[in-house]
Amino acid sequence: MSPESETSGGLKTELTLGLPGELQVQKSGIKRGFCEVVDLKLVNNSKSESQPSSKTQVVGWPPVRSYMKNLVRNCKYVKVAVDGAPYLRKIDLEIHSSYQDLLTGMGDLFTCLTICNVLNERKLMDSANGEEYVPTYEDKDGDWMLVGDVPWKMFVESCKRVRLMKSSEAIGLGAAAPSTPSKGSSTGC
Amino acid sequence: MHSFHSMLNYFPEEVLEHIFDFLTSHRDRNAVSLVCKSWYAVERFSREKVFVGNCYAISPERLIARFPRVRSLTLKGKPHFADFNLVPNDWGGYVQPWIESIVRGRVNLEELRLKRMLVSDESLELLATFFPNFKSLVLVSCEGFTTDGLAAIASNCRFLRELDLQENEVEDRRGQWLSCFPDSCTSLVSLNFTCLKGEVNLASLERLVARCRNLRSLRVNNAVPLDALQRILAQAPQLVDLGTGSFVHDPDTESYNKLETSMQKCTSITSLSGFLDVSARCLPAVYPICGQLTSLNLSYAPGIYSDELVKLICYCNRLERLLVLDTIGDKGLGVVASSCKELQELRVFLSDVYGIGNTAVTEEGLVAISAGCPKLNSILYFCQQMTNEALIMVAKNCPNFIRFRLCTLNPTVPDAITMQPLDEGFGAIVKSCKDLKRLSISGLLTDQVFLYIGRYAKQLEMLSIAFAGDSDKGMLSVLNGCKKLKKLEIRDCPFGNVALLADMGKYETMRSLWMSSCEVTFGACKTLAQKMPRLNVEIINENDQIEASVDDKQKVEKMYLYRTLVGPRKDAPGFVWTL
Repeated sequence: MSPESETSGGLKTELTLGLPGELQVQKSGIKRGFCEVVDLKLVNNSKSESQPSSKTQVVGWPPVRSYMKNLVRNCKYVKVAVDGAPYLRKIDLEIHSSYQDLLTGMGDLFTCLTICNVLNERKLMDSANGEEYVPTYEDKDGDWMLVGDVPWKMFVESCKRVRLMKSSEAIGLGAAAPSTPSKGSSTGC
Repeated sequence: MHSFHSMLNYFPEEVLEHIFDFLTSHRDRNAVSLVCKSWYAVERFSREKVFVGNCYAISPERLIARFPRVRSLTLKGKPHFADFNLVPNDWGGYVQPWIESIVRGRVNLEELRLKRMLVSDESLELLATFFPNFKSLVLVSCEGFTTDGLAAIASNCRFLRELDLQENEVEDRRGQWLSCFPDSCTSLVSLNFTCLKGEVNLASLERLVARCRNLRSLRVNNAVPLDALQRILAQAPQLVDLGTGSFVHDPDTESYNKLETSMQKCTSITSLSGFLDVSARCLPAVYPICGQLTSLNLSYAPGIYSDELVKLICYCNRLERLLVLDTIGDKGLGVVASSCKELQELRVFLSDVYGIGNTAVTEEGLVAISAGCPKLNSILYFCQQMTNEALIMVAKNCPNFIRFRLCTLNPTVPDAITMQPLDEGFGAIVKSCKDLKRLSISGLLTDQVFLYIGRYAKQLEMLSIAFAGDSDKGMLSVLNGCKKLKKLEIRDCPFGNVALLADMGKYETMRSLWMSSCEVTFGACKTLAQKMPRLNVEIINENDQIEASVDDKQKVEKMYLYRTLVGPRKDAPGFVWTL
């Protein structure tokens, strides 16, 4: 005879319920399935910032096919920091097809920045103070690199995060754009 | 009545056979073959399509002996819960012995449809070598083969009409399998290789499409870029079903503009899917065909958010089938409800699989859909929370559900407002939806919900239960009440030996029963196996235990039992014990 609960059709008395969506569960002698299998704190709907690191995953729940789970990994989100801005944004590199497309995307993301044409190059500028921003990134080896040197796919593969650096601080990186030295305009710089 | 039956028996067999030709469903044919011996004989010689719901229920030899003229075979292997990593990979479901028998039996096989089976390159090579008339290969959720096997099919099946690969795990051997279709191959009607991860030769693909003038359905993988898609569409404006590849491109370019033009010319496309890599800014290319779509699958596109999804969907007024991720949100579902009045099937999948805390949908979205889409009959809904009130309203709005599958992120979450179990809500669903065939329940549920299911779900064929119920009474209600039950799968429920052994004969009327992490013991399983020789009772033991050392009182982790005419299977791996 399997262990029975005394409560008739109602809630198990050993469950302690908090706010809607928040469930604190306790282990009990009676097998209640999920409560015993996992000891976890669920995040309520207003999303707390820190995830409990002890969150255990129940095998096979939620019931999502591994095929679908693997698809989620096709996003490549990287943090984008802008010098002087108080918070970071995230951008999905996978949905961009080229450096130009990425630049457009970043212009969309940071509304204070616009894309201007400077010397036949598209650059990100702060329209308020005329400051130009140079996209740099940290690669897999932890080195900070100028965006645009390597083929696009290689960049997507190796980029861990992006920083839009004020060009006034980007001294020594060989000017604001990788190809400017050899592409001098007829009027010079 | 009696004289009418006698008359029918005096008809020559050819007439009976001609009448049976009109019966396409295997259930009808099964019914007809039970009427009398002569009908059984006529039916078996005329049956060309055979459906086997469990490949271990029968042997290929017996099948061929009964249906020597079989041309199309459908086989299903692993239990459904294998989809969620509850069944080890090498559990079984091999197609090789079937193909070997079919070769030996000199069957003229033209069509093979497999689901959750293990398929090897060798099997595919056998198919390609021995069946010159082979026309159609459909593989769903299978694995074990590589692109080399596909190359064999492409090279040798000269009259191939259909190669449909859905959500399989295929190893890429970089062998240019698609280029193996000879120039003489012009018969393709349907080609789907979305699930392949590797590159294909784009020029070969374009040439293949150009010469197959009957091509109606094409679903490519995300190694096919947008500009190649444009060239393909230009060659195949007759397509009815399109699965895009990578849909990422700078929209300010000429090739994107060309795509828009080519897309506009595809006035026959009614089904659209793919979007494995997609940039929201490219979606407008698809707007011109939205008004013709009856089926739209955006469930592979996690990067598209609600606003952009909605912009697309609001044009899809003829939509009957929609698959999306929960990024659509409740508001987005509201737009679906007001735009898609013909909607019959909706699936809302989970985008946040790892529980990072992104948006999901709630009961509001479901209620909106039920109110706006009166033709809704099939739903799969992953949601953050649910309420009884919502389910009751849904039941009232949509009494026509045949499939109702609800999955709450927290499997034991109560009614979000009242904190009560969701028994009443699901009870309303089964009471209202008299034609319900498939049901998955989740949330906080007691024995009461099973009382309702047993009492009202009279047409139910498949039931999936997890973390629900209080006692054996729950399972007993279902076994006693659901007369048409075929598949029952249960995990993490307090159902035990009393329920399992109450009506052992019931399992012979069903295809299979799965129970994992329940209260069933070894002793009970052994009893069942002993009393019912036409059932295989399999225990999956992943703990390296020896069978002899197990105590009868010990609980069984995973049990899978199914009816069979051919006794214990001989290919069971070491961790599967057939009692």
